[in-house]
Amino acid sequence: MGEPRIVIVGAGPAGVRCAQTLLAAGLRPTLIDEGRRDGGQIYRRQPDGFTRPYAKLYGTEALRAQDLHETFTRLRAQIDYRPQTLAWNIWDKKLHIVRDGHASALDYDALILCPGATDRLIPVKGWQFAGTYSLGAAQIALKSQACSIGRRVVFMGTGPLLYLVASQYVQAGAKVAAVLDTSAAGARLRALPKLLARFDVLRKGSALVGALKRAGVQMYNGIEPVEIVGTPDEGVSAVCFRTASGKIEQIDCDAIGMGYHLRPETQLADLARCAFRFDTLTRQWLPQIDELGRSSVPGVYLAGDGVRVLGADGAENAGRLAAHAALIDLGRGAQAAVLDALKREQRRMDRFREGLAQAFEWPAQQAAKLPDETMVCRCEGITAGELRRVIHDEGAQEANRAKALSRVGMGRCQGRYCGHAAAEIIADAARVPLEQVGRLRGQAPVKPLAIATVEETE
Amino acid sequence: MNGRFVRLGETARANVSIVIDGHSVEALEGDTLLTAMLCSVRYVRQSEFGEEKRAGYCLMGACQDCWVWTDTGERLRACTTVVEAGMRLVTTQPEAQWANLAL
Amino acid sequence: MKRAQADVLIVGGGFMGAATAFFLRRRGKSVILLERQLIGQQASGTNFGNVRRQGRLLAQLPLANRSREIWLRMPELIGHDAEFLMSGHLRVCYRSEQADMFETYAREAKHYNLDLEMLHGDALRKRFPFIGPEVLAGSYAPIDGHANPRLAAPAFGRAAAKLGAQIFENTDIVSVEKEGNEFRATSADGRTFHAPVLLITAGAWGSTLSEQFGEPVPIAVHGPQMAVTEPVPYSIAPAVGVSSPQIAEVVYFRQVARGNIVIGGCARGPAFLDARRAKVLPHSTLLQFRQAQRVAPALRRLNIIRVWSGVEGYMPDDRPIMGASGTTSGLFYAFGFCGHGFQLGPGVGDTMAELIDTGATSTPIEPFDIRRFAAFRPPAGSSQSAQQSVPAT
Repeated sequence: MGEPRIVIVGAGPAGVRCAQTLLAAGLRPTLIDEGRRDGGQIYRRQPDGFTRPYAKLYGTEALRAQDLHETFTRLRAQIDYRPQTLAWNIWDKKLHIVRDGHASALDYDALILCPGATDRLIPVKGWQFAGTYSLGAAQIALKSQACSIGRRVVFMGTGPLLYLVASQYVQAGAKVAAVLDTSAAGARLRALPKLLARFDVLRKGSALVGALKRAGVQMYNGIEPVEIVGTPDEGVSAVCFRTASGKIEQIDCDAIGMGYHLRPETQLADLARCAFRFDTLTRQWLPQIDELGRSSVPGVYLAGDGVRVLGADGAENAGRLAAHAALIDLGRGAQAAVLDALKREQRRMDRFREGLAQAFEWPAQQAAKLPDETMVCRCEGITAGELRRVIHDEGAQEANRAKALSRVGMGRCQGRYCGHAAAEIIADAARVPLEQVGRLRGQAPVKPLAIATVEETE
Repeated sequence: MNGRFVRLGETARANVSIVIDGHSVEALEGDTLLTAMLCSVRYVRQSEFGEEKRAGYCLMGACQDCWVWTDTGERLRACTTVVEAGMRLVTTQPEAQWANLAL
Repeated sequence: MKRAQADVLIVGGGFMGAATAFFLRRRGKSVILLERQLIGQQASGTNFGNVRRQGRLLAQLPLANRSREIWLRMPELIGHDAEFLMSGHLRVCYRSEQADMFETYAREAKHYNLDLEMLHGDALRKRFPFIGPEVLAGSYAPIDGHANPRLAAPAFGRAAAKLGAQIFENTDIVSVEKEGNEFRATSADGRTFHAPVLLITAGAWGSTLSEQFGEPVPIAVHGPQMAVTEPVPYSIAPAVGVSSPQIAEVVYFRQVARGNIVIGGCARGPAFLDARRAKVLPHSTLLQFRQAQRVAPALRRLNIIRVWSGVEGYMPDDRPIMGASGTTSGLFYAFGFCGHGFQLGPGVGDTMAELIDTGATSTPIEPFDIRRFAAFRPPAGSSQSAQQSVPAT
């Protein structure tokens, strides 16, 4: 048998460790990545010409980031590395890619998808105004461009990223007015047993909160966003919210970074026809995987934040596990001891994931009860009221039907940022369980594809 | 600087000149097009379905909110495009005659 | 065990079924409409959206004319316009053979009140400035147009329900039989639906049902290859399509009021009856890119954001099955519209309702009679319902 063709999508922590593991087994995988450089999001690299040292860029994770980057630098010449390449479709055991306006298809014996995650969002009235960004965006502006998203920034939402980005901003000299967390202060205590699965991360998190307070950042817990105040021409000017005690507060700002933890990028898994299952813990649909990362489709493996949000360490581990799964299935099995250690580690990551979901709960009711005038779909400009109308007047009770009739999820981002909140609204308005609403069916291209794209003919 | 984004450092980089709505502005080598624009102006496009201006959202090529028009009618996703000298952008929708070959 | 009864039983809740249900209610007939998924999800909801008479088989123009009248009155009839834009339809070609064909068709279609304008070369480009230099000639139908397939059938379904039609969605029919003077449809969960008249509007699955009554037809199943761009300023008014002997060149596009440009054509994709879905092949999309640029070069600058397909039924002679059964009294058909049924939907509904109610229709539909396939026998060992399994990806 000739050398099996293994294609990895994503050069973040999962994809890099996956490639490293396959290389160590004597194979030469193809590694596709959309970005200019390796590193993914968490360990996103700054451009050439930037001078900040690792400690400044990645804080407590500096050594891990450096190790990952150096690992990749060492192995890139030994693999088939394709940067600035978008995987836009999958069909008939071929991955369809486009680079520099040229489209081609890659055969594979094993396909390992490590596409990572994006922020998970809930709309709020006014979030369409200029100056509203995701938490991830705020972090990218700083890490990758040495910029703050504004002169006076408020961070809002929930999740560990909320505090991490806020503290990174403070340390970098940006003005942070407030951190507004929808999760109750007590939630972290209740989740403590599971959070202790990764005590080191928990410890770093608590230190962050302390540092923010000392820097004079206003901190609120248990809030409910009410409105991002602004104008169509000038953008954001303030954020209005309800405190835990029910009082309405308003804080001036010219930029908001918001997010509710992360959501996996599952479009390629969907196009590969992987089965999904409903995750009651985080109230979203996730691709099914076994403990090594095998999907329901033979030859297709899923690893990293693109299938379960476990953070960078979990992603690296998952990348190794998926590589081993592929090797086993290709008849080049791994040592049981190695596998056992990785699996144990992954289970520990999973318990932490459960703790995070408990400590920083997705505020489903806030999403379900968004006022009618709130814009839900940013791409198409569709309000919660327009969405509710197709449920009440046109009988839609399911995500794809609601999309067909209301246009929610039909825009450029294909439901990445509106889909989860829209599902909560549909479930609430139709009075059906969230699981019954289903999920938006993934359609190619995974990202917009230029009509100027030329098909390479072999 | 009138822009939305605030530079916190890393300013010892070469200048790159671009044109936004006919006005010349300075960016720095290594900026994305989005950063380059937002360090000088406060928005990069007009929403198609609302009155509001938009200024990007996710900065990672996922939300597709930062697609901008060049002055010759080409499309660029600003947050994943590296700025290049001589780029000419417009922040308004092109005229309805964008498809007219005679223009 | 639930039992429902009506004057007319309709199996298949696409555009044809929903429109017929509506018009039967207006004639005072009680109706049960049965749909396995949701109204208008397959071919009805995923087709290109052309509302055109130009280019149709001449024998189909009376039906298309009847349908067009209803399109114009949809807001007053059903309270919804399905975003119908009467912005014209432009057929273009690259070769003089097609240009000659356009001229011939224009002469003949005039007899059916279809007025077409021929435009050549510079005159064509002056009138439609987005047309590229490769295009030789065009035939323009000023009062054709296009509409939104996702909305049309559901709107007719709601209007029918409002008039009292009993509509059962998510109802999988496992058998249809005639016993004495009555048809009985049985659902997977054991409910039965009864009527003295049965209309089969089950689209690509139509032959699966007609076969139960000794009338299988050679229906082929395909998926339209559709794509749509991001929204851009509204600039291209007519729906545009290429006429060519080479299928790969037959691209079509239309710009909706919101600005997105819908693109289709050049290829048909695989469709799967059992899985009830169809696929857009990556090659189809890339081919459409190339061909669309030949017609309107400015499209080169845009991005597509989504592709989609659906399950369509095609007859080998490019005509639908429409009319009374050849074997069974009280049984009627309207399915297999070969990917060009969208414009005909309202007209088919009105015509079938008239036929069922009065026994005759003023609109000629003999060319679509199922009996033209009386000699057809499905291949030995294969039932049409077992057509194609989904390949593993």
